[in-house]
Amino acid sequence: MAEKLIELKNISKQFPGVLANSNVNLTINKGEIHAIIGENGAGKTTLMNILYGLYEPTQGEIFIDGKKAVIKSPLDAIKQGIGMVHQHFMLLPSLSVAENVVLGSEPKKKKFFMDYDKAIEITKNLAQKYGFKVDPREKIEALSVGVQQRVEILKVLYRGADILILDEPTAVLTPQETDELFNVIRKLVSDMNKTVIIITHKLQEVLAISDRVSVMRQGKLIGTLPTQQADAKILTEMMVGKEVLFHDLHREKVSGEKVLEVKDIKAKDNRGLTVLNGVSFSLRAGEILGVAGVEGNGQSELVEVLTGLRNLEDGDYFINGKKITDVNPSNMRNLGISHVPEDRLTMGLSKEASLWENLLMGLQHKKPFVVKKIHLNKKKIFERTDNLIKEYDIRAIDRYMKVKKLSGGNMQKVVIAREFSFDSPILIIAQPTRGVDVGATEFIHNQIMRKRNEGAAILLVSAELDEIMRLSDRIITIYEGSITGEFKNKEVTKQTLGLYMTGKQNKLKGSEDN
Amino acid sequence: MLKEIFNLTLLQHTIRTATPIILAALGGLLTQHTGMLNIGMEGMILLGAFFGVLGSYFFGSSLMGVLLASLVGVIIGLIFAIFVVELKSDEFIVAIAINMFASGLTVFLLRSIFGVKGAFSSPDIVPLPRVNFSFLENVNFLDKIFNNHSIFVYISWILVALIYIYLYKTPQGIWLRASGEYPEALLTAGVSAKKMKYKSSIYCGVLCGFAGAHLSLGYLTLFSENMSANRGFIAVAAIIFGKANPIMTFIAALMFGFFDALGIRLQVVGVPSQFTQMIPYIATIVALFIVTNRQLQKHKKSKGERELA
Repeated sequence: MAEKLIELKNISKQFPGVLANSNVNLTINKGEIHAIIGENGAGKTTLMNILYGLYEPTQGEIFIDGKKAVIKSPLDAIKQGIGMVHQHFMLLPSLSVAENVVLGSEPKKKKFFMDYDKAIEITKNLAQKYGFKVDPREKIEALSVGVQQRVEILKVLYRGADILILDEPTAVLTPQETDELFNVIRKLVSDMNKTVIIITHKLQEVLAISDRVSVMRQGKLIGTLPTQQADAKILTEMMVGKEVLFHDLHREKVSGEKVLEVKDIKAKDNRGLTVLNGVSFSLRAGEILGVAGVEGNGQSELVEVLTGLRNLEDGDYFINGKKITDVNPSNMRNLGISHVPEDRLTMGLSKEASLWENLLMGLQHKKPFVVKKIHLNKKKIFERTDNLIKEYDIRAIDRYMKVKKLSGGNMQKVVIAREFSFDSPILIIAQPTRGVDVGATEFIHNQIMRKRNEGAAILLVSAELDEIMRLSDRIITIYEGSITGEFKNKEVTKQTLGLYMTGKQNKLKGSEDN
Repeated sequence: MLKEIFNLTLLQHTIRTATPIILAALGGLLTQHTGMLNIGMEGMILLGAFFGVLGSYFFGSSLMGVLLASLVGVIIGLIFAIFVVELKSDEFIVAIAINMFASGLTVFLLRSIFGVKGAFSSPDIVPLPRVNFSFLENVNFLDKIFNNHSIFVYISWILVALIYIYLYKTPQGIWLRASGEYPEALLTAGVSAKKMKYKSSIYCGVLCGFAGAHLSLGYLTLFSENMSANRGFIAVAAIIFGKANPIMTFIAALMFGFFDALGIRLQVVGVPSQFTQMIPYIATIVALFIVTNRQLQKHKKSKGERELA
């Protein structure tokens, strides 16, 4: 029988308007890797912040080693042997690695002065003990994200933590860095007798690393089970609450006219280097054209050119057969293009503005929302706002809520709701589900498919190949600013697309020859 | 004529006029490091000047004047921190309120306690002691420039070094800087960022109290309405110019002191005072333009490099 180390009993946390945790009971055993999984906003981070003393629970108790623990601040948590590596690193960029590691409990000389040499020595020894490669003298701002994470872990270990909480540790890592991190975690548990709690929303990672897994949904703990008994399907059902996952979408046969065409277009990036090197394609009503490519191969610039945000250097741009000479954002909107930009925070929304203001954007000068050119018709605006909130299932306290307080998925729904509500014949959609949880992803996919079935022409740019393959009718691959291939969906495999996306299509031909 | 302007007296004046700016700027750079730009230093200096005179007059001791000025500084610094840190008010609004409060309160107290308008002077106000280093007396120009200053001149120089060591060589100093750069990081390391902000604000109040006491008890022994004469704002400029580094800020404050002194010298040779009084402020504007322009260029450059990378 495993030994109980931490028991959270009946923990609830009430934020203004949101019950973030509701009667959560969770047991962590000594020496295990325990994954906590759930969608964005399910309350995982809140629960761990309570354990680390950053939030005080509204009710509930924490027991450590069977004794009731009062954890009112991170300092209390540290004293109990709990350390946390936050999703957003808690490192001071202008300080060195060593200074960051010892921050808060610095070695001193003559009682008053910071002992820098000792700090460097401590950091060096720690790094050696746990097999990390890191230069104690280096400034944080000069380090890669993966190394910064090592420093965070060292920081926690320096404080003598036996229980490490890792909040979404892989969100910022490359696949290689993720593997390295997992090796570190395994070593910490097997060789150093540590206990690790890992928060994530990636199923594969849970299955790869954890001993047991707890699933959270809407602030509640749905259940805990040994990872051996779990698989992706079971966990997803627990996370989402119903079986929704990625069944085939209903695709109606629509044969439409060619509405958008580009011939040999060229564009430069912000540095003045050519990033679109003669791109040609066309887009019909009632189809989704997926643009597959590794990020940074010109997709972002392509979207910007099409929506009028970036200069068209050369080439022709037709809409409904007519050549467009004046490519600017307002003109493109008037011609019937809606745009879901890749970065919702900087281009899609005004964070500080309210929900209704964000949903109004683009219509603020149009009837019936403005009367006599200067007076906003709030009644009509709110009517529309509330309809959109309902229709697009935007979870907000009310229409006055600032958009920055919404979760990522709900923010994205605001952008989608606004752009889709214009009923534009052409939709340019970039990264529609980046950083969005499973439920919202499913919802957004359904909305995109609905638009297609209603006859909209859709250009979909996404870094997620699965997304492209699920939604598109046709797929083009882009590599270094040129289109390398065009495929009918269902007639191409992921592997083939992968080769075209990386400019290695010749390898494919080579192997076919053999 | 140039000889009349650029002489040893100019340098002596520079040191003298720079001192209140140095003292205030040292305080302000501490709050700057904790993420609070304190333009309320103007009012804090004014209060320090008044209560310095009050303490010195009633207790017959300049030390009591300084103590009273610092005590008032502690209180105002505490009030500033409560509003900004605890109640999350806008630091500019709070600072402007402090400035207006200081200006009104000192005028009011001047009339109700001393029964005078405009200025109060009395032989009973004990000035701060002057310091004379006998070993400097042998060299004429050193003697002229560095000797016979009010004690706060020398204290301010020592404080530059002490605050530099505090900020960069002690854990407390690291925490203070961390509380401004990334308070959450400090909090998760188990140190209260709030506490560091309170501390910096109180230190700032005390140093502004020193600056005020130096103004009213250092060379003159009088209090006049609004005698801080925008030194608090120039201190802010010095902090920005010196990027909140104690040594750079000290140099910037000396520079502003120099232009102040230059103005006075020009007045002596007959340039109308309306013009000479502009000099420190013109210098401030030019200095800020240079600094911000340089930062802008650097920013552009690093942005370009990032995009290239």
